[in-house]
Amino acid sequence: MKTKEKQGVGQAHIRVDGKKKVMGQARYAGEFTLDGMLYAYVVSSAVARGKVSGIKTAAAERIEGVKGVMTHANRPSILSENDDDWRDQIAPLGRPFRPLWNNVIEFSHQPLAVVVADTFEAARCAASLVEIEYERGVHTTDMVAARKDSYHPPSGKIAYNPPPETEGDPEAVFATAERKIDVTYHTPDHHHNPMEPHATLAHWNGDKLKVWTKTQGVMNTHGFLAGAFGLDEEQVEVVCPFVGGAFGCGLRPQYQLVLAALASKAFNAPVRLTLTREQMFSFGHRPYTIQRLRLAADESGRLNVFMHDADGETSKFEHFTETVVNWGASLYPAEHRKCTYNLVPLDLYTPLDMRAPGGATGVHALECAMDELSYEVGVDPLQLRLINYTETDPASGLPFSSKELKACYQRAADSFGWSRRKPEPRSMTRDGKRLGMGMATGIWEVMYMGATVKAEWKPDGTAVISTASADIGTGTYTILAQIAAEELDISTDQVEVRLGDSSLPQAPIEGGSMTAASVGSAVKKASSQLRKELDEESSRRKSGHSVTVQNQPGEEEETHAKYAHSASFAEVEIHPVTGSIRVSKLVIAVAAGKILNPKTARSQILGCATWGIGMALQEESVLDQAYGRFMNHNLAEYHVPVNADVPDTEVIFVPEEDKEVNLLGVKGLGEVGMVGLSAAIVNAVYHATGKRVRHLPIKLDSLL
Amino acid sequence: MKPFSLTQPKDADAAIQAHAKLPDAQFIGGGTNLLDLMKYGVMEPKSLVDLQDLSFQEIGEGSDGGLRLGAGVTNAETAEHPKVKKDYPLLSQAILSGASPQLRNMATNGGNLLQRTRCYYFYDCATACNKRRPGSGCAALKGFNRIHAILGASDHCIATHPSDMCVALVALDAVVKVRGPEGEREIAVEEFHRLPGENPEKDTVLKESELILSIELPSSNFSKHSHYLKVRDRESYAFALVSVAAALQLSGGRIVDSRVALGGVAHKPWRARASEDFLKNKECDRDLFLEAGKLVVKDARGYGDNDFKLELAPRAVAEALLQAWKGQES
Repeated sequence: MKTKEKQGVGQAHIRVDGKKKVMGQARYAGEFTLDGMLYAYVVSSAVARGKVSGIKTAAAERIEGVKGVMTHANRPSILSENDDDWRDQIAPLGRPFRPLWNNVIEFSHQPLAVVVADTFEAARCAASLVEIEYERGVHTTDMVAARKDSYHPPSGKIAYNPPPETEGDPEAVFATAERKIDVTYHTPDHHHNPMEPHATLAHWNGDKLKVWTKTQGVMNTHGFLAGAFGLDEEQVEVVCPFVGGAFGCGLRPQYQLVLAALASKAFNAPVRLTLTREQMFSFGHRPYTIQRLRLAADESGRLNVFMHDADGETSKFEHFTETVVNWGASLYPAEHRKCTYNLVPLDLYTPLDMRAPGGATGVHALECAMDELSYEVGVDPLQLRLINYTETDPASGLPFSSKELKACYQRAADSFGWSRRKPEPRSMTRDGKRLGMGMATGIWEVMYMGATVKAEWKPDGTAVISTASADIGTGTYTILAQIAAEELDISTDQVEVRLGDSSLPQAPIEGGSMTAASVGSAVKKASSQLRKELDEESSRRKSGHSVTVQNQPGEEEETHAKYAHSASFAEVEIHPVTGSIRVSKLVIAVAAGKILNPKTARSQILGCATWGIGMALQEESVLDQAYGRFMNHNLAEYHVPVNADVPDTEVIFVPEEDKEVNLLGVKGLGEVGMVGLSAAIVNAVYHATGKRVRHLPIKLDSLL
Repeated sequence: MKPFSLTQPKDADAAIQAHAKLPDAQFIGGGTNLLDLMKYGVMEPKSLVDLQDLSFQEIGEGSDGGLRLGAGVTNAETAEHPKVKKDYPLLSQAILSGASPQLRNMATNGGNLLQRTRCYYFYDCATACNKRRPGSGCAALKGFNRIHAILGASDHCIATHPSDMCVALVALDAVVKVRGPEGEREIAVEEFHRLPGENPEKDTVLKESELILSIELPSSNFSKHSHYLKVRDRESYAFALVSVAAALQLSGGRIVDSRVALGGVAHKPWRARASEDFLKNKECDRDLFLEAGKLVVKDARGYGDNDFKLELAPRAVAEALLQAWKGQES
C-alpha cells in the first residue's frame, strides 16, 4: 500500500497536529473556558525569607468585579497535612512546597495571596492593591558564599544516579601526575521559559475536581491532586491536550494548580489562573553548579586519573538531585576515578529538571575539561576522544547495547571540515574576525518505562489510539500515529491519537527523552495485538473492536549499558575589537537508535542546538543577592537565541540498530543533542581567542 | 494595570488641552513601552490621551533643505523612507538595529524619544528605584548593573537611555519641535534628555502637557560616511551594551567634520564632543580613531558589573569611525 510506505515508521511526516496549531484550534490550558468562570491573579512575595505579618485587602476588594482575596489565613481548609500526600512522582526528598500554607516566606516571588474577580483585568488591578506587610528574615542566595554549607544528598529522586564508586587511588596519583589539569567551572541558574505560561482552569462539581492544566504528565498531576486535596482517584480528572513548550517545568505540578483548585472551592465557581512571565521565574529552574575537574593523562593522552566534583544548588526544603558527575565514567575509562556530588541549600525555590538535567551542565564541564587536557597533552581534541574511546561502559563493566559514537565523530568531523582546523589558538581568521573551531561529545541515558495503550478499530475503518501521555511539542501525536498506521496497515490520517487526559489508559510522564520508547513501544504492542485480533475474526472490522495493552519493561538484571550519543562541532567568529561572538556553523551527529520520523527528529535536534547556543552565550537568570531575587524576569532581558543567532545547522542521524533498548529500538532525542553542544562552542571560543572562560554564559565582557 | 480613561482628540491643541485638564494624564503613541510599564505597575496614569488621530504623521521637507519627521510616524516607516535612507543612512541604520520588526511597526518617533530605561530595578516594583519612586534609593548602585551608565550618572540613578534612534538623532544635530499650553518651542535632541542628578524621575526637559510635534533634521553632509555600531548580547531584540553613531565629513582622507554619539553609556544619548574636536582636520587612521575613543571615557566610571564598558566604549567608537570611513557611499 502506497500510503504505508510514505507514512510509516522511519518516514519524514509532517505533524498531524500542525494544522490545528497553526489555525489556532489547538487549545492550551489557559484557553479553556466554562460558564461562570472567574479569573485569579497571584500576588507574589517581594522578599526572599521572612514572614507575612499582615495582608491589607480592603482596597483590592473595593475594585468592581472582585469576588475576594484568598490568603493563608482564609483559604479553604481542605488541604492534606501530610507531606507524603504532596510528593508528586518527580519530587525529590524533603518537604514539598504548599502554597498559602502559612505565613512563612521561603523564596522571593512566593505566592502570598490570590485575587479572584469576574474579569482578568479586575483581578490584576486588585492584585496590585493588596498590601503585604513583612517581617523580614535573613536570606542566603549566593551559591559561592553558601558552599560552606554543602552536604551529601540523602538520596535521589527518579532518574537520579548517585556518583559511581571510587576506583584506584585518584588523589595520590593525581598529585604526582605530570600531565594534568585542575579546573573549576560555573554554570548559572536557567529558567525554562516555555512560550506558554503555566495556567489552570479548575472546576469542582460537588466533590469532584476537574482541571485543565499545563503539565507534562496528566497522571502525575492526577495523583498529586488526589493527595494534596485528600480525594479518591475517581474524584479527579486532569486534561491537557496540548503543551506550548515545557522543557521540564511541567514535570512537577506547580502552585497555580493548587491555587486555582482552592479558589474554585472558595468561590464556588470555575477559576482560571494564569501565571505572568515574571511569575514563571518563581518556581523550579536549572540549578547553579560549581564543578571541579581534575584529569591526568599519559603522554599518549590516555586518561589515568578522572576526578569530577560538583556542588549543585537546592532549596532549603527539598533535596534536588540530578545526574551531574557520572557521565565521564560512561564515556572514558580511567584507572583512578573519583566523583562526588553535593548540594548547597539556598533560599530559592527547589530546582527542577530542565532539558538534559545534569547532563547539560555536567557534560559541559567535562567536555571543556577534555578540551583543556588536549592542549595540555598536545593532542587534537577529537583525537583525544578517540584515544579514550571505549566499547564497554567503564562504570558498569557492561557492553553498550549499541554505540555508534565513533561514526558520529567521523561523519560530523568530515561534514564540518575539522581537518581545516589549525591546532594553535588564535591561529585562524576570516574577514577580519577571529575564527575558532571546537567539538564535544554528548551522551544521554536511555530510559524506558511501562505504559498502557488502548487501540480501537472503528467500523468506518479508522483507528483510535488512546493513552494518558503528553505531546509537549516534540511530535508525539505524529510518531504514535505513524507506529499505529504501520501496524494496522492504514494511513496516518485514518488514525486518531488521544493524549493528555487522565481518564485514558496510564502512561508515564513526558520527560527524560523516554516517551517515544515507552509509549511508542506500547502503541506498537497494542496496535499489533489489535491487528492480530482483527485478522483472527474479520467481522470485527465491521463491528468495531478494541484492545487495551500494557507494555512493561522486563525486570531482569541489565546486561547492557544503554546510552544515546552525539558529537557536536562548532565554529565561531569573534570580533577582535568589540568581542562580539557569533556562532557561524554547527554540525551535530546523533546516534540514538532508530529514527521514527526524520522530520520531527531533526526539529528536536535543531531545538537542542538552539538551546546549546543559548546556554553557551546567553542564558542566565541573574540574582540580586541583596533582594535574593531573580531580576531579569522577562523575555526582553532573559536572553535566548533569536533566529539571527542560529547559523545553518546540519543534523546527521547516524544509523544505529539496537535490539536491547526496547521494542522499537529507539533511544530518545529530546536531550542528547543539547548535551555537549555548549562545550563545543566554548571550546571554539578558546580556539579563536586563547581565552578559557569557565563561567557560563560567555559574554563579550570576558573577551575584551 | 489600573483602570484609565482614554481620550482621542482630533488635533494637537485638543490633545494638549485634554492632557492639561485630565488627571495624571499621559500621551500614548504606539504604546510599545507605556503599556508594558502600566502592566508592570511602574506607571499608573489615570488618563491616556491617544495621539493616533493627530495629523503629524508625515515625513516632509523641513527648513533649509532638512527633513521633518512627524512625531506620529512609525519607526519602521521612518527607517524605510527613501529620503531618510539616502540622506540620513545613520538614522535608518540606528532605527533598524532596535527592537523587532513588530515593535518598530507600532512604535512612533515621538514615543521613541520618550521610551524609558531598561534598568531591571526600574521595572520591578519590589525593589528600590529613585526613577520609579523618588526617594526609595537606587538598588542598581550595588546590585546587578551590567547594563548601566558609566558617564554622567549620580548617586541617585545609574540608568541608561535605551534608544538607538536618539543616538543617531543627537549625532545629526536633530531638533525636537514641541507645543504646550504656552506655545511652541524647539529643543535640540542633545538637550532634550536629562542627566539624572537629584531628579532621576525626570527623563527629559519637557514641561507639563508639552506635546512632541516633529523631529527636525538639518541638512547633512554626513550621508557618505556614517555608521551605527550596536554592541549587544544577541543579534536582534537586545538593547545596546554600547552603541555608537559615527559620521565623518571628509576631504580626501582628511576629516573636515565629525560626529560621535554613544548609547548605552549614560542617562541620555551621549555626544562625544571632545572626540569630535580631536578628530578635526586630522587624517583618517585606525590609531587616530582609538585615541578619539579613549577621550570618551576620560571622566567615566564603572559600578562593578559594567566596568567592561570602560574598555568597550572606546573600542566601539574606534570601530564605528573605522566603518564610517571605509563604509560604502550610499
